[in-house]
Amino acid sequence: MYVAVKGGERAIENAHAWLAEERRGDVTIAELDVAQIREQLSLAVNRVMAEGSLYDPDLAALAIKQARGDLIEAIFLIRAYRTTLPRFGASAPVDTGAMACDRRISATFKDLPGGQILGPTFDYTHRLLDFKLAAEGDVPEAPSREAQTGDVPHVTGFLNREGLIEEAPQDDTPPPDLTREPLEMPADRALRLQALTRADEGFTLGLAYSTQRGYARNHAFVGELRIGKVPVEMDIPELGFAVEIGEVTLTECETVNQFKGSKTEPPQFTRGYGLVFGQAERKAISMALVDRALRWEELGEDNLGAPAQDAEFVLYHADNIQATGFLEHIKLPHYVDFQSELELVRKLRNAAGTGQVQEAAE
Amino acid sequence: MIEYNFAYLDEQTKRMIRRAILKGLAIPGYQVPFASREMPMPYGWGTGGVQVSAAVLTPDDTFKVIDQGADDTTNAVSIRTFFERTAGVQTTTATQEATVIQTRHRIPEEPLNDGQILVYQVPIPEPLRFLEPRESETRKMHSLEEYGLMHVKLYEDISRHGHIATSYAYPVKVEGRYVMDPSPIPKFDNPKLGDMAAIQLFGAGREQRIYALPPYTQVTSLDFEDHPFEASKADHGCGMCAATDSYLDELIIDDTGGRMFVCSDTDYCEARQAAGHIGKDNGGKDAA
Repeated sequence: MYVAVKGGERAIENAHAWLAEERRGDVTIAELDVAQIREQLSLAVNRVMAEGSLYDPDLAALAIKQARGDLIEAIFLIRAYRTTLPRFGASAPVDTGAMACDRRISATFKDLPGGQILGPTFDYTHRLLDFKLAAEGDVPEAPSREAQTGDVPHVTGFLNREGLIEEAPQDDTPPPDLTREPLEMPADRALRLQALTRADEGFTLGLAYSTQRGYARNHAFVGELRIGKVPVEMDIPELGFAVEIGEVTLTECETVNQFKGSKTEPPQFTRGYGLVFGQAERKAISMALVDRALRWEELGEDNLGAPAQDAEFVLYHADNIQATGFLEHIKLPHYVDFQSELELVRKLRNAAGTGQVQEAAE
Repeated sequence: MIEYNFAYLDEQTKRMIRRAILKGLAIPGYQVPFASREMPMPYGWGTGGVQVSAAVLTPDDTFKVIDQGADDTTNAVSIRTFFERTAGVQTTTATQEATVIQTRHRIPEEPLNDGQILVYQVPIPEPLRFLEPRESETRKMHSLEEYGLMHVKLYEDISRHGHIATSYAYPVKVEGRYVMDPSPIPKFDNPKLGDMAAIQLFGAGREQRIYALPPYTQVTSLDFEDHPFEASKADHGCGMCAATDSYLDELIIDDTGGRMFVCSDTDYCEARQAAGHIGKDNGGKDAA
């Protein structure tokens, strides 16, 4: 006999309790603390800050702990928290030329003012499991030297001086705010970049990769990739000048792309741009490639029908919080819709079986 | 827990949403873009409805949440708890007692009255989306009242199947102007959309759209003269309350294919049972 399904409330409470227990895991194993995650899983923390659009390593680490290491879930926690925060204002644009670089490489020039700084990178490590790490984590101190002072000029600036790369004139129009206005098409470059910097890393990587493999191919050189801290300044109206309110680590990538010229533009190099919170190289490079692909229209290039050229496709599907929510909502009950589909299929099958499909086009 | 503003959202955000709602009410069936916020529940789980409810709730309201017609499905419970916690409003399962009803996929069986607001959760607000994936195109089609594609689709259904093969989220035309997605309600519910005394608000969070039907709006389900719209439901009575006029869910009750049919609107079903209507699977005699 059927008893109406009751007890959703208790089921939810119990599920939450079980989840909390699973999150903690074996209680005989020491619990992770937030500082450990922040310090030792820092690239995960960076990704959560970048895609969560909130620069706060402690909160990101907490979110990762709460999410059991599921980074998209952690990003979701950060986003949901972020929307509740009051807005005091906007910072002045950060000057990445004044970045204190931990890493700065150019793939286009062997040497250049400011030098090449390899920095803490996985690049030339051999990907061999280091079983020593399973036992103890002590590391010898890395060699160090005096940091160089002074600004590190952008590589694209050198090319610009010769007129070999497209101009990127300063534009002081306040950028639109994706988190305060609904996304509407067509989206200008500032808005596209804003969407890309918080876009899912995997999605952005896949799109960027597709451009390398021929879907709107546009060969990109990494003109420059730099990672480091930049000061954040804010205009305080009462003071009448900008004061430094903190600093953030950023990854910036500028690509230099082939360009044979188009109906409207002379042959010259063109630019792709990526800027991401934290150390997030893969994301920054991917972002630059996708940015460049999306610029086909303003550069007078042909629309090749490639996914990475399609701003609507890219921007409406790049946000992993939107995507995961909608994807996972199909777990929710759909009894009612399914019931109406059941009836429809039965009706159509009946009609088909008895040859009653009508010719509507008589 | 941190103190949140009444109904979670800050007042500025609520004002922004209310402006979108007012615009929606002024242009029935038109999709108003709004700056949807990230909510503490996932997109696709009712964030649009939750934001609309948050914007219209007042401390004196009585709130009801249904999902698939039922008050006790997990997501309905979750959303109701959210507002109990963040707004402290009274909640109810009784359709008649509620002043604001948030719903997913159903319209209550009991007719609503003019003091009530029905808030729909909408996954894909654009009725033309599956015919044209581009938002820039579909917006143009709406502004030009270019709905030929939709009629062709319905016509193709008829020529292929003999029927219009859409059983839920069945498109409607509002006041002879905008074609609107009524959210994935079964087409059985479509006739209730028009001429309703209550205000109907539709919120799509992920898609950042709000639209609305003011009271007593003319809403017509799309059809053809020779293939008129037909609201359909399972051809049975409710096994629990013997109702023959309600939308029914089909349940599988044993592993030999035994089935029973029961009202999807739990409040309607329970009220009928309390009034002495007993269905055949509930110890009553056959409801036929």
